[in-house]
Amino acid sequence: MIVTGIRSLGNKAINSTYIVGMMGIFLYQCLKQIFIPPHKLYSIIRQVHFIGSRSTVIIVFTGMFTGMVLALQGYHNLKDFGSTDLLGSAVGLGLIQELGPVLTALMVIGRAGSAICAEIAIMRHTEQIDALQCMGIDPYRFIMVPKFVAALISIPILTCIFDVVGILGGYVVGVVLMGVSEGSYFQGMYNSVDWSDVQLGLVKSIIFSLLIIWIATFKGYFLHVLQSGAHGAEAVSRVTTDTVVLSSVVILASDYLIGSIML
Amino acid sequence: MDQSQNNTIIDIKNIDNYYGERQILKDINLQIRAGEIMVIMGGSGSGKTTLMRAMLGLTKTVRGDIHIMGKDITTLSLKKLYKVREEFGVSFQGGALFSSMSVRENIQLPLTEHTKLDQKTMDIMCRLKLEVVNLAGFEDLMPAELSGGMLKRVALARAIIMDPKILFFDEPSAGLDPVVSAELDELIVRLKDAMKMTIVVVTHELESAFRIADRITVIDQGKIIITGTKEEVTNCPDQRVQDLLNRRPRHENIDADDYLKRLTGSKA
Repeated sequence: MIVTGIRSLGNKAINSTYIVGMMGIFLYQCLKQIFIPPHKLYSIIRQVHFIGSRSTVIIVFTGMFTGMVLALQGYHNLKDFGSTDLLGSAVGLGLIQELGPVLTALMVIGRAGSAICAEIAIMRHTEQIDALQCMGIDPYRFIMVPKFVAALISIPILTCIFDVVGILGGYVVGVVLMGVSEGSYFQGMYNSVDWSDVQLGLVKSIIFSLLIIWIATFKGYFLHVLQSGAHGAEAVSRVTTDTVVLSSVVILASDYLIGSIML
Repeated sequence: MDQSQNNTIIDIKNIDNYYGERQILKDINLQIRAGEIMVIMGGSGSGKTTLMRAMLGLTKTVRGDIHIMGKDITTLSLKKLYKVREEFGVSFQGGALFSSMSVRENIQLPLTEHTKLDQKTMDIMCRLKLEVVNLAGFEDLMPAELSGGMLKRVALARAIIMDPKILFFDEPSAGLDPVVSAELDELIVRLKDAMKMTIVVVTHELESAFRIADRITVIDQGKIIITGTKEEVTNCPDQRVQDLLNRRPRHENIDADDYLKRLTGSKA
């Protein structure tokens, strides 16, 4: 009984180490290919359209409501202390440092990360990746590079859109509905938000983009290795779910880590 | 080296392959000559597709070596393996066409990746290959709009667009009606005659195998039983070959104790 337990623990440790190693090699291969020209501009633009443009509507809605909720909560809390002048500062800092990068990343995971993982997993399952390799085409270069580049371009831009729309949402609730003065809303924000705060938000969004695309492409590409007993459609659905769960947890954990290092 | 003497283009020596702990290929030795159609035949789960994947370098072998055009693909770096694969054409069982690309884009993919031809020339080459597979005028359709037979023929057109030295074909007749299947067989023979390709076909369809093959390899439970001409295979006295040729069910001698243990799940 004890021996079986220890053996199973050992097996799990070996498997986990093996998968972490595979993930490392996979990331190295993808990043290496990014720096080797020429690149297929059309493929990158298509992916920017898929990850970026097609996520814009949902990012605008999420950003708007997040800014509105922040302003609403902030207004009622600050009112008790008579400090509603600080509303702009609270909304601006909250969005730019934390909520903008994190919520944008979570939205992109749900909309594009899962789709990218499923697409690559189906390509693996239907032998399309094997076909590419047999044509002498490197799948890292052909499939992964455009997605990595597009994610690194799109997600920081989406984060900026989220921040701007969120600040506008906060303006609508704070200034238009609650009657905070327009000047104090924007002046408060101007006084408290430094370039280092914007930098922190951008660094977070760049790291999050890399993490999202890394996990989504890895899970799809190694469907045949990671399927853990499931086959076909079930395996595809399992890796897609794993991608969403793992990416979300990793984003939240890394958010704390980056914050603790940079703040 | 004996490869140049007997015109061997694929030389497989003593390969073993495992899926987890289960051995799929057992000490496989096979020589395929340039310009011939070699049919690898066997029942379901016999290891024939794994053997083809090993030849393509898609499945790792634990022992032995596979020389293709003089290069041992089991030891080549990935970069060099991709270079060797540029000489391959592969048609997978399900076609493996890219669903987001049109027929034209699918067929032209190897050209756009490996050559600097202008679009007009690539379009002409694409139409030329579609003519070869009797699908002229279908270049703007998407794979989802094609039937099973058409998918296989488009996959074949893509496989031959670079005029490969070796063409691999996985189950050309599977899931097709007899007429389309016969058309594909005729096409394979025509390709060999016209383009002097070496063609490796994996199939379990007897009729198709005997229609196209120059030589046949029969594989069963991961082992090669015989490699020879159609006559040699037909006259092979091995019971498993005769069962396959005459579509007879396998008659395994079952040990009563083993059978009981299998049923009750107890270990030996």
